Amino acid sequence: MTVDGSWYLILAAVLFSIGAIGLLIRRNVLVMFMCVELMLNAVNLTFVTFARMLDDIGGQVVVFFVLVVAAAEVVVGLGIIVSIFRRRTGDQGTTADDLHLLKG
Amino acid sequence: MEILDAVWLIPALPLAGFLTLLIAGRKLGDPFAGWLATSAIGGAFVATVVVFGRLLNMGEEERRHITTLFTWVPAGGFSVDVAFLVDPLSITMALFVTGIGTLIHLYSIGYMHGDERFSKFFVYLNLFAFSMLMLVLADNFLLSFLGWEGVGACSYFLISFWFTRESAAVAGKKAFVTNRIGDFGFMIAMFLLFASVGTLDYWGTASVANGSIGVFEQAERLSTYTASAVVLLLFLGAAGKSAQLPLYLWLPDAMEGPTPVSALIHAATMVTAGVFLLVRCAPLLEQADPNVTLFIAGVGALTALFAATVACAQDDIKKVLAYSTVSQLGYMVLAVGSGAYVAAIFHMVTHAFFKALLFLGAGSVIHGLHDEQDMKRMGSLRKWMPITWATFLVGWLAISGVPPFSGFWSKDEVLAGAFDKSPALWAIGVLVALLTAYYMSRQVFLVFYGHERWRQPAAGADPADAADPADAADQGHTAHGSAEPHESPWVMTLPLIALAGLAAVGGMLNLPLFKATLFLEHWLEPSLGEVEHHVLATGTKIALAIVATIAALAGVGLAYVTWYRKKPAENANLEPDILKKAWTYDAAIAAFVGGPGRAAAAWSAFTVDKGVIDGAVNGVATLVRQGGGQLRKVQTGYVRNYALGLAAGVVLLLAWTLVRVGL
Repeated sequence: MTVDGSWYLILAAVLFSIGAIGLLIRRNVLVMFMCVELMLNAVNLTFVTFARMLDDIGGQVVVFFVLVVAAAEVVVGLGIIVSIFRRRTGDQGTTADDLHLLKG
Repeated sequence: MEILDAVWLIPALPLAGFLTLLIAGRKLGDPFAGWLATSAIGGAFVATVVVFGRLLNMGEEERRHITTLFTWVPAGGFSVDVAFLVDPLSITMALFVTGIGTLIHLYSIGYMHGDERFSKFFVYLNLFAFSMLMLVLADNFLLSFLGWEGVGACSYFLISFWFTRESAAVAGKKAFVTNRIGDFGFMIAMFLLFASVGTLDYWGTASVANGSIGVFEQAERLSTYTASAVVLLLFLGAAGKSAQLPLYLWLPDAMEGPTPVSALIHAATMVTAGVFLLVRCAPLLEQADPNVTLFIAGVGALTALFAATVACAQDDIKKVLAYSTVSQLGYMVLAVGSGAYVAAIFHMVTHAFFKALLFLGAGSVIHGLHDEQDMKRMGSLRKWMPITWATFLVGWLAISGVPPFSGFWSKDEVLAGAFDKSPALWAIGVLVALLTAYYMSRQVFLVFYGHERWRQPAAGADPADAADPADAADQGHTAHGSAEPHESPWVMTLPLIALAGLAAVGGMLNLPLFKATLFLEHWLEPSLGEVEHHVLATGTKIALAIVATIAALAGVGLAYVTWYRKKPAENANLEPDILKKAWTYDAAIAAFVGGPGRAAAAWSAFTVDKGVIDGAVNGVATLVRQGGGQLRKVQTGYVRNYALGLAAGVVLLLAWTLVRVGL
């Protein structure tokens, strides 16, 4: 049994779906954040797989960009999340719904 | 340097006078503001005479000089210059505009003496002179139109000069609004001309390097239909300005203005602008359908007859002259329509002489009687105002067409032209001549002969009839018959004498006795382009002149029997009410505009405008606002909602892609 490209793609799809569903159903901001990371890395995996399958280095280059952007995003996102956690201490803990106070 | 290039001085001098008076008029005050204005227009007259002299020295073929000052409206293919056209026609107009204008400015110094807004009056007069000179000297339709609107605005200012009186303010508005109808025709005619020949210049400057071609050089390229449409639209403009049926009705009301204004603007100069425009466009008239010119001649003849009948029954000394002006303008239009352009200009010039004289004489009478305008309350004034009387007599004989005064010669030319076009038009013209002689004689007999009716206490005198609120205090005296009439000061009588001289001998301009004495005809020939010449047999001409003279004398005789021999009270049945009310035309128009007209305006304002137009605009705004209000609800602030939206979008996009790919 050989492990060909489609296995990686299926794995990436599964990871992406877990991330997406988690993002939709969870309210804990930190967990949602991790779901986003999961989705990003699922995409990264897809890119690498296709780069390998199509013999094109471009896919791997894009992954580097995604990693850099994701790192920057994590810095900003965690900053916001930490400041929300500091302010809100309700019975339910802090949820993503608290963010709706930011709408104009 | 060519002296004709200095033609811009002619309008520039009154303009300078206007600007100076606008800034410093109040400081100069009474009477220096008047003297300044008079010298400005007098200077323009001198400049015109110089240009005229230069033009006389040129060969007949060269008598068309165009001076371009600068480009006024450069807009791609449409370019309009501020250019002056010096040719016999424009200089003839400029000569009598500035000449008579100077006399009337001078007269106004005496007439307006003591008025609170003395200097403002001369501001307007100078602005009027400037506009009128632009109108006659311009070399394109647009520049003429500038002057055309300028004289209209000045006419409005001057009619409602005593605007504290309701009737004066209303009359000014009426004149302005009525004239707008005509201006509309003028504008559309310009658009049509530009669309068909691509220029608005009268004559081009083809003689100069990179010259242009004007409208009139291209007149023959126009189709008969286009030329007819342009001529009819221009005639609409002329009917407004020159007070022809059906737009005449502002002119009698315009008599609310001070008398010098009536003389200058509403008798001698501005109202002739329409006739001038038609004569200027003679090459277009020649190109138009003959029925169009017949129509113009017919309107002129009808106007002449209509106004003459009304003039027979007016009691106000100025109203008689106003209707008489309408009637004489009808003569000029009749001449233009008949193709007798020279006769039209000839009559315009002589009419300017004698009608200005009559108006100024009437003003002198009004002034001397302390603002009495009702002829039934005058009489026997020849003893009190001998100079006014003598000069008025000259004006009377001239307008009545009694030989050898000027009116006889010009009216004769007009009638000969009309006979050539159609004997029916000629017959109307002769009838009008009879009526003219009748109503003018009636006026002379009522004002200068008979009993001293101004001594009697006023029976139901209407104070609103008084013209000059500046002298309102004096009116009380008149009402008690205690103030004696007095002759006017020299600044008022001098213009009367000068105009009387001109009115008496003005016929010399174009004596039909010999070919050589037809000065005006030879003089104007180069201006008119190639027009057909209508020559009547000498015998016919003499016969026509005799008939016209008999008609005039019959009119005078009729008035002598009815108004000189009898007291005015015995002639009540000669003045039917319907004539006093001008065939109720004015009332009919007022009822029409006030009734259905007002209803239509109200409908379009409150139903169409408010409901449909405003409704559409407001409806779009409401729709956008309410739609936005609904759309706002999408923004909840909950991340999960947004995420769901994103996910749904992704699913939809994927589904669409799959469908496209065909899986």
